[in-house]
Amino acid sequence: MEIKMEYYLVISTIMLFAGIYGFITRRNLLAVLISVELMLNSVDINFVVFNRFLFPGEMEGFFFALFAIGVSAAETAVAIAIIINIYRNIRDIQVRHLDRMKH
Amino acid sequence: MNFLSLFVAIPLLMMLGLWLSRNMGQIRIVMVSGASMLVALAFGTLAAYLSARAAGDTAEMLFRADLLWFAPLNIHYAVGVDGISVAMLILSSLIVFTGVFASWKMDPLPKEFFLWFCLLSVGVFGFFISIDLFTMFMFYEIALIPMYLLIGVWGTGRKEYSAMKLTLMLMGGSALLLVGILGIYFHSAPEGAPLTMNILEIAENSIPMSAQRLFFPLTFVGFGVLGALFPFHTWSPDGHASAPTSVSMLHAGVLMKLGGYGCFRVAIFLMPEAAQELSWLFLILTGISVVYGAFSACVQTDLKYINAYSSVSHCGLVLFAILMLNRTAMTGAVLQMLSHGLMTALFFALIGMIYGRTHTRDIREMGGLMRIMPFLGAGYVIAGLASLGLPGLSGFVAEMSVFVGSFQHADLFHRVLTLVAATSIVITAVYILRVVGKLLYGPVVNQNHLALTDAAWFERISVVTLIVAIAAIGLFPLGLSDMISESILPVIEQLVK
Amino acid sequence: MEYTLLILLLPLATFLFLGLVGMKLSERTAGIVGTLSLGLAAVLSYVAAWQFFSAPRVEGIHPPVVAWNFEWLRFTDQLHIDLGILLDPISVMMLVVITTVSLMVHLYSFGYMKGERGFQRYYAFLSLFSFSMLGLVVATNIFQTYIFWELVGVSSYLLIGFYYTKPEAVAASKKAFIVTRFADLGFLIGILLLSYFAGTFSFETLTSGNASVFAGAAGRTFLGCSVMSWATALIFMGCAGKSAMFPLHIWLPDAMEGPTPVSALIHAATMVVAGVYLVARLFPLYYFETPEVLVFIAVVGAVTSLYAAVVACVQTDIKRVLAFSTISQIGFMMVALGVSGMEGHDGLGYMASMFHLFTHAMFKALLFLGAGAIIHAVHSNEMSRMGGLRKKMPVTHITFLIACLAISGIPPFSGFFSKDEILAAAFAFSPWMGWTMSVIAGITAFYMFRLYYNIFWAVPAEQEHEPHEAPGSMTVPLVILAAITCVAGFIPFGHFVSATGAVLPIHIDWRVAGLSVLIACLAIALATCFYRKGTNSLPDRLEATFPRLHRAAYRRFYIDEAYLFVTRRIIFGGICSGLAWFDRHVIDGAMNGLAWLTGRASMAIRGLQSGQVQQYAYVFLLGTLVLTVWLILM
Repeated sequence: MEIKMEYYLVISTIMLFAGIYGFITRRNLLAVLISVELMLNSVDINFVVFNRFLFPGEMEGFFFALFAIGVSAAETAVAIAIIINIYRNIRDIQVRHLDRMKH
Repeated sequence: MNFLSLFVAIPLLMMLGLWLSRNMGQIRIVMVSGASMLVALAFGTLAAYLSARAAGDTAEMLFRADLLWFAPLNIHYAVGVDGISVAMLILSSLIVFTGVFASWKMDPLPKEFFLWFCLLSVGVFGFFISIDLFTMFMFYEIALIPMYLLIGVWGTGRKEYSAMKLTLMLMGGSALLLVGILGIYFHSAPEGAPLTMNILEIAENSIPMSAQRLFFPLTFVGFGVLGALFPFHTWSPDGHASAPTSVSMLHAGVLMKLGGYGCFRVAIFLMPEAAQELSWLFLILTGISVVYGAFSACVQTDLKYINAYSSVSHCGLVLFAILMLNRTAMTGAVLQMLSHGLMTALFFALIGMIYGRTHTRDIREMGGLMRIMPFLGAGYVIAGLASLGLPGLSGFVAEMSVFVGSFQHADLFHRVLTLVAATSIVITAVYILRVVGKLLYGPVVNQNHLALTDAAWFERISVVTLIVAIAAIGLFPLGLSDMISESILPVIEQLVK
Repeated sequence: MEYTLLILLLPLATFLFLGLVGMKLSERTAGIVGTLSLGLAAVLSYVAAWQFFSAPRVEGIHPPVVAWNFEWLRFTDQLHIDLGILLDPISVMMLVVITTVSLMVHLYSFGYMKGERGFQRYYAFLSLFSFSMLGLVVATNIFQTYIFWELVGVSSYLLIGFYYTKPEAVAASKKAFIVTRFADLGFLIGILLLSYFAGTFSFETLTSGNASVFAGAAGRTFLGCSVMSWATALIFMGCAGKSAMFPLHIWLPDAMEGPTPVSALIHAATMVVAGVYLVARLFPLYYFETPEVLVFIAVVGAVTSLYAAVVACVQTDIKRVLAFSTISQIGFMMVALGVSGMEGHDGLGYMASMFHLFTHAMFKALLFLGAGAIIHAVHSNEMSRMGGLRKKMPVTHITFLIACLAISGIPPFSGFFSKDEILAAAFAFSPWMGWTMSVIAGITAFYMFRLYYNIFWAVPAEQEHEPHEAPGSMTVPLVILAAITCVAGFIPFGHFVSATGAVLPIHIDWRVAGLSVLIACLAIALATCFYRKGTNSLPDRLEATFPRLHRAAYRRFYIDEAYLFVTRRIIFGGICSGLAWFDRHVIDGAMNGLAWLTGRASMAIRGLQSGQVQQYAYVFLLGTLVLTVWLILM
């Protein structure tokens, strides 16, 4: 059976909203980071899908997805480094408790 | 570049010198030599100005120079002086000079202190030589900002509170002022013609009345805050009380004059019609300032508070006289700026010196100091007598010009206000004599004070310089008053236009 | 007569010299410098007087000479303050009076102030005062008068407060300055009004008697009185302050806290008569423009004179008695001016006033210097600490007696002549005024002899040190002044000074003179029987009969208390404290309140800026959704 474009889009939408939900509700920095990754990946899926179905001859969507993956990998590395440093300093990565810089 | 720019350049060079200095000795050398150069330059400017006038130069502003530095808004670095600016430059240089001696033993962080002090001077001198609205405003801000640090870091008492209050209130004034200046700018030329920030050029066109009505109050109040206009004067007592000696001197002596000078040069000169229409409102406010400050000073017990309220009264008289919008009163206003600048600087210098010895400024805790420190005591009495308008000292000349000038208005409103303002000479006598009596005369209150010493040589330089200047104005006022009066003329012509 | 400038410059130079380097000089040198320079000024004044009065008359008068006049400060083209020297009969007369008394005081102070701390300063201030007073009398315009008016006020302040460690002296100096400053405010406003209409400060125009000068003021009124009346009355207010007229007299008795020679010079002979002098100077103005103010002046003078004479009868401090007597005598001078006319014999009052000013300066200075010698000897101002001094201080005694006789109006002493003229003028004005002044003259004789007997007769008080006669430097001035007092009455004063300048021959009206001498003799007899032995119990019995009256008079009819109530309770306690409170709490409170409000508002909305990225994202998302929905629905 033919896999329609809508199926992909439904998955990516679910992923995006799962990411958003996670981003807003999770209290653990790592979980928040994972949620951000979910959202990014859902967008990557969209890029690829749109390219594949709407502009078959072109490559922009694939490349954009590749860039996004690269950037998100770098970003994740930096974020995790920061999280580790925070953990080292205050032994906690719960978002609510990270308000020392504020006061 | 002409030599007027040296007024800005010298303090900048002094800052460079300070940056390179390694110890207190070098700092003092830099400051004293720089300040002396400024005094020499100011008197040199006076000589050049007078000789140019004698040679028949009748331009409104002399020694003009112009340099475009921000084309989109047509902002120029434009300088030029008339008799009033020259007088103000002399005042500023004298106070910077004496201020250096008054803070001879600055501690802690002398280098940083003097750096900010010099920056403040840059602003002050720049303000008085500028004839471009925006450049003027910029120098105005440069003069105000260092005040925050000078009071906040080197002050005494509730210094953070006072510094914050002073800065916020003055910045509030600046905000109004900025709106006013932009308003003037956008109405500075008739439809289609290029807009200008140059005061002289704006004065040649006239700003539409509807705009004047809006921007005159903004500009006047904006400058008026710095000139301690009632009810925006409350930064003054706290600010002065917390500021270190030389900063109080410079602030009351010069910075508060920026307000009066600005009201005169910008608000009234550029918007004469609105000035005539709205002067009654501000006359009432300044009339209140004059009497209110004097009455409030009568019951204060802190020397600096007394002097701060007295400044409210005297600076109120400056604005009051400016608003009288006639030549004699305006001449009196400028004379009063000079006179108040000198004598209040003298007061603050002496208060600082006394405080440095007794470690209190509460007059109830002091007494009989005349016997212990005759030099400072005599200086205080002279300052007091100048303040209450003794003939032969500067205050008298200024006050009489103001009162005679104000009285030339034939209507009851102006006359009654003049009478109200004139009562301040009695109230001033009350609070001055009260302080002199409590502080200097009578028996010694605190026996520990008997061990105190009289003024040191550097303090004497500061006090004597100021006294000589006060006496010089008081004894030979004619030349000065003529010079000022001549420069008032363009404003009067604007008013009758 | 350009050299007259030196009369002013010498004391000024002395003041500057002694003020700047005085402390480095020895007392002796400082005193000699001061005295010599003043002596020179006195000689120059005599020369000037001689030259002025010996010059031929022009149209029957001595023409005024403007020896100097230069512009000092210009207000407008018409209004400018000039400083100059105007020599006319009254200013020349004043030059002589001031330099003479001042010279006597300079000499006298050598002995009196010997060993005092601040001796050099004292001489510096004396020079400053002499300069200011001389400048005042030679003023060519009313603003110059005002300038020097303020300067004499300050010299007086500095000299009253000379013993600045004594709280009473400090308080007295402050009071003197502030009360006169208040009066000067009136003076200043008067000048402003007058100069506005006349367009000039110059005396020459103001006193020309030409009504067109004040044409601008015609028909203008304020609160029911004409503007000119206000102007001249306000100027008189200044005069009243300086000359201690009721109710502005309160500073003068307290001013006695200063050194006694100062009281003699400033508060008896010269400065306090400045008010009289100014009224005389402006006499044509008062006479032609505002005669009603002249009547007012006469009434104020009479009331003051009576009040002060009554109070003087019960004071026990000898300097206070003399102070009130001074007030009373100045009242006489004011009355004389107030009742005076202009032409011919109508101008008698003017002449009499100036004559009395002259003679009074001499004998009152003599009285004060004598009192100084007595205080020097017994170290107290209180009458009760004196008594029986006539044997111990013969020179002081005789000179004091001469002065008492002079002030009581006993011929042939100078006071008789001048006072007689005043009484004659008062009778000519109205019998009512004449009788009042005669009675006051009687009271004067009574209290002066009460003073005299209490000091020199009565019962000698116990003394710690045996009182002895003052040193030569103090007695010589006494003798000189006594000599002047003896002969001054025979000066044909009307030849020199009169309202119009023309010769006014004096002839004694023996009806008036006889009456006044009779009253004086009666009063002296009464005083003799009351106080000579010091054992007569009648005064005490009188006091016991009218305790309220005595007490009120002793407390000067509670005028000081009334002032204290007004100043301390109402002005300080009410207005000043109230305004200070208002400033701190309302005005400053509004500013602080604004800051507080800003703080509270930012606290309230800071929740929006929580720093929680998740919250931001949530809001962001909702915003996006709303926008999306909105766009779709559009």
